[in-house]
Amino acid sequence: MKQVPAEYYQLMEQLQAVDFVLVELTLYLDTHNDDLEAINQFNHYAKERKRLKKAFESQFGPLLQFGNSYSSYPWNWDDTPWPWQV
Amino acid sequence: MWIYEKKLQYPVRVSTCNPRLAKYLIEQYGGADGELSAALRYLNQRYSIPDKVIGLLTDIGTEEFAHLEMIATMVYKLTKDATPEQIKAAGIEDHYVNHDKGLFYHNAAGVPWTAAFIQTKGDPIADLYEDIAAEEKARATYQWIINMSDDTDLNDGLRFLREREIIHSQRFREAVEILKDEQGKKKIF
Repeated sequence: MKQVPAEYYQLMEQLQAVDFVLVELTLYLDTHNDDLEAINQFNHYAKERKRLKKAFESQFGPLLQFGNSYSSYPWNWDDTPWPWQV
Repeated sequence: MWIYEKKLQYPVRVSTCNPRLAKYLIEQYGGADGELSAALRYLNQRYSIPDKVIGLLTDIGTEEFAHLEMIATMVYKLTKDATPEQIKAAGIEDHYVNHDKGLFYHNAAGVPWTAAFIQTKGDPIADLYEDIAAEEKARATYQWIINMSDDTDLNDGLRFLREREIIHSQRFREAVEILKDEQGKKKIF
């Protein structure tokens, strides 16, 4: 298994933090669909998430597959570490 | 469809190898009020629930799979370095002789997961009340596990999961109110 540098944990935690905001806003909006302020926040963090995903993937490989992330050569989707291994 | 993302919802850390805590945690993996039950319950109820709450059941059901992966990670980390002696001392030798350190969907007492743990009634109020109860039972279970654990790193992850049960319960309560409002609306044809 590959050793991961400290930056893996930092970038991952930033992504997890933004994703927490997005999960919370998603569930909230599922029951409050006319809250414009919350929707603005949602779209703001959705954009931020895109940026963080790109930054993480450029260093540590794809987070998603089935075409939702790009691959480098050779195919690196199945590289370790998997989430429970770090 | 579902897309897997190569990350945990929240970081999972454990302080030491501790198979006894894994024994308790497996309750939230394959137990009646555990994360597998939750995910399968909500995602299965979606097909007969009014349109207004399908999104909520889909999103909470999906989040439950992220929680299931967190529990699996906790169990994996708590047991991966355990010796057969430690396994025996922790009282999980019954699991070990069948599965080694592989995970299996059963509760803390070894009872395998069954679909009989969950229900879909086709009645939106009955289903949502079951969902609220399920979240409260899971919240209580997390509390009892935290009470049994002196692993501060593990407890951080468990506290996160306990809080999520509260949020889910509150969202389901709102869904009930949304359906009641719909039902009470005067329809003019």
